[in-house]
Amino acid sequence: MMRRPVVDVSRLPTYDFGAASPMWWGTLAFIALEATGFALAIGAYFYLAVQAPHWPIAAPAPDLAPGTAVLIILLASIVPNHMIDFWARQQDLSKVRVGMIVMTIVGILPLIVRIWEFPALRISWDQNAYGSIVWFLLGLHTSHLLTDVGDTIVLAVLMFTQKGTAGRRLSDVSDNAFYWDFVVVSWAVLYLVIYWTPRM
Amino acid sequence: MSGIPRKTAELKQHGGLNGLRDTGLDEAELLACLARTWQTSKGLYGWLATVDHKLIGRRYVVTAFLFLVLAGLSALAIRFQLAAPEAGRISPDLYNQLFTMHGTTMMFLFAVPVMEAFAVYLVPLMIGTRNVAFPRLNAFSYWIYVSGGLMIWVAFALNTGADAGWFSYVPLAGPDYGIGKRPDFWAQMVTYTEVSALAVAVEIIATVFKLRTPGMTLDRIPLYVWSVLVTAFVILFAMPAVMISSTMLILDRLVGTKFFDPAAGGDALLWQHLFWFFGHPEVYIIFIPATGFVSAILPTFVRRPVFGYLGIVLSLIAIGFLSFGLWVHHMFATGLPQLGESFFTASSMMIAIPSGVQIFCWIATIWGGKPIFATPLLFVLGFIFTFVIGGLTGVMVASVPLDLQVHDTYFVVAHFHYVLVGGAVFPLLGAVYYWFPKVTGRMLSERLGHWNFWLVFLGFNLTFFPMHILGLQGMPRRVYTYPLDSGWGGANLFISLSSLVLFAGFALFFLNMLLSLRNGRVAGENPWDASTLEWATTSPPQSYDFAHLPVVTHREPLWADPDTFPVVEGLRVDAREVLGGTVADAVPQLRVPSADNSIWPLLSAIAVGGTFLASIYTPWAVVWGAIPVSIGFICWFWPKGEPEDEE
Ligand code: HEM
Ligand SMILES: [Cu+2]
Repeated sequence: MMRRPVVDVSRLPTYDFGAASPMWWGTLAFIALEATGFALAIGAYFYLAVQAPHWPIAAPAPDLAPGTAVLIILLASIVPNHMIDFWARQQDLSKVRVGMIVMTIVGILPLIVRIWEFPALRISWDQNAYGSIVWFLLGLHTSHLLTDVGDTIVLAVLMFTQKGTAGRRLSDVSDNAFYWDFVVVSWAVLYLVIYWTPRM
Repeated sequence: MSGIPRKTAELKQHGGLNGLRDTGLDEAELLACLARTWQTSKGLYGWLATVDHKLIGRRYVVTAFLFLVLAGLSALAIRFQLAAPEAGRISPDLYNQLFTMHGTTMMFLFAVPVMEAFAVYLVPLMIGTRNVAFPRLNAFSYWIYVSGGLMIWVAFALNTGADAGWFSYVPLAGPDYGIGKRPDFWAQMVTYTEVSALAVAVEIIATVFKLRTPGMTLDRIPLYVWSVLVTAFVILFAMPAVMISSTMLILDRLVGTKFFDPAAGGDALLWQHLFWFFGHPEVYIIFIPATGFVSAILPTFVRRPVFGYLGIVLSLIAIGFLSFGLWVHHMFATGLPQLGESFFTASSMMIAIPSGVQIFCWIATIWGGKPIFATPLLFVLGFIFTFVIGGLTGVMVASVPLDLQVHDTYFVVAHFHYVLVGGAVFPLLGAVYYWFPKVTGRMLSERLGHWNFWLVFLGFNLTFFPMHILGLQGMPRRVYTYPLDSGWGGANLFISLSSLVLFAGFALFFLNMLLSLRNGRVAGENPWDASTLEWATTSPPQSYDFAHLPVVTHREPLWADPDTFPVVEGLRVDAREVLGGTVADAVPQLRVPSADNSIWPLLSAIAVGGTFLASIYTPWAVVWGAIPVSIGFICWFWPKGEPEDEE
């Protein structure tokens, strides 16, 4: 068999941002499957709510304050998150470094508030099915929050080492920002389910 | 995109290229460089750390077949007990564990993993690249899968085998009735296998979308690759359901949540909804790649391209979508609202349409071709025959009144074995005969192959066809015995004896592989004169798959122009590099660095697996396990001075 070179790829870059990068698609696929998980858990919530004569079952509606605080922090975090994404795409390392520190703090804040949010549900997980499902929803979101904050911290540290200066790391930063958006949006939806459904 | 043009412009100005490229390298030098760069080092460490998709795919296949043997032996034990009425060969308790382990192992540890295993091996070769998009995730998924399977079988050996059926219904599996830790092992095994299946799905999607070789536009993707792509999407949207439900189950059992406890506002049917939201698509996760095998094997053996490429692709996508609209047909006997039942009957029957389109396309392909009756084709024909019967009984049980009659009888057991064995295992065996030469470099024996086919085909039909009749006569499934005066003894004995024929067929299959591994005829690159890219490289392929990435100008690249082969040049050969392109047209965009071997996927899998296992005993395991798991993942992703970082 004769081989005839017809495509020269020698000058192609080794990384890019967004849909050009395989990692972005991987992130999108993970987001899709996790969103499915959230959707099904929310489905279970409403399934149980429809079955129950009263909803919430034997409990007052959850206390709004901590959950709303988390929502405000997360919504506010969209601004620095998108600035980071922009800077990463500009390949502006020094700004990305600052941004990563900001995002680390902005990520840890809601986790701290979460400590008060679980008691604010005003029911225990083992009291009845309502208690179980709201703890489940909150737990599910907390695990996503933890994961992404962990990822952010690791990337932030990386940005300050020699390894962080490789341009392709900035593509990772951009994908991390993309995932953070998902964490924020999913909370906006869960917030409505957990806090406002019982008030309707 | 902003930074990229600048960077490329800089490169252009300097004229310098990073690393050593394949351009102009003489052939011997090129092969030596590629071999060094992509090698898996010798010895145990190399074996544990490799991220070569072929090595991982191969061990995935072997492991899945070992689980097939275990599940098959369980079925043999079941048939031994059922061969005579009121037999006392196996205790009721062991019987419960046996059919649960059989079903669970077949579905979670054999059928789904084996389909993914083939995809992991074949997809990069068929789309002309050198590895999957996330090689370390691939390695990780294998280790997680093995540990899940080992765990549940070790538990079974210690008399803690799952015993509530493969769908583990509550309340039987719940805190009140589930014995000891049995259902917990089942629930965590599900978590392991779903994590691994999801990981493979993600990597298949990214691989097919981004790593196709130049020229492989959407309408030139081999049909098999389309089938695994659709499957990956079905996995993506179906598997989370069973992860959620099995987590809820273990929470109910471990920390006293009340998801499925009607006394505290929970609901047992919630389990069924969540389980079947996954469970029905599960059947298609097994079946869709099997249709991909058929579409790959047929054209080679009838010597013409598949008829109706576009029709088959659209059918695959339609089946993928429709598979989510069917789950309630497993719950007709639970007394759902009438309208809902009618809807699910209609959608269950609707899926017959795209399945029918596929079948007609295959038949038209055979019609227009010159069939060569080699073993792979025999299995494909056996599949078409058997699957049509399974589909017919499927349409029957999709209608509510009939389902109410035969629900939980042997009619259903017959139906789903026709679909699963006929619809998936036959094409799978055909696929083994077809690709064995590529994987091992040697042909399987055709003579043994014909014997293998006829024994399996006849043994299968003799075993399972009479089960339809037993079911109509009212024999329930999942019973460890039946009364003497039921009159079912004769048929059951016949079934048990026939199952020995089936087993002989499988034994021959394994024997053929063992013998041919040593003595088989040497295969060469393309022994079947097939048309797709995996046949354009050595058998077995080198670690780097292709010395030059092929450029595709035709849907059947190896039939289009067998003499000259357009290829890519300019990739690095001193560092692992593959080519990334646009999703629709595969126009080259990036030289994507491909991850090197690493031990961390294994260590991370051990950390994750240990955490899952410990969580069967204490919820705190999740907290403490997070520490080793984080360490594992950080070390996995932490850059270690890879050459591509200089760019
Ligand atoms: C190789 C030959 C096989 C034989 C002889 C066989 C035999 C059986 C029998 C007799 C049962 C009914 C047990 C009972 O209800 O008490 C059963 C159940 C089942 N089989 Fe098979 N089987 C075979 C292969 C397979 C394969 C390849 C699959 C899937 C890919 C499969 C999946 C199942 C499932 C899901 C169940 C239901 C288990 C449950 O009730 O929880 N079987 N099998
Ligand atoms: Cu179904």
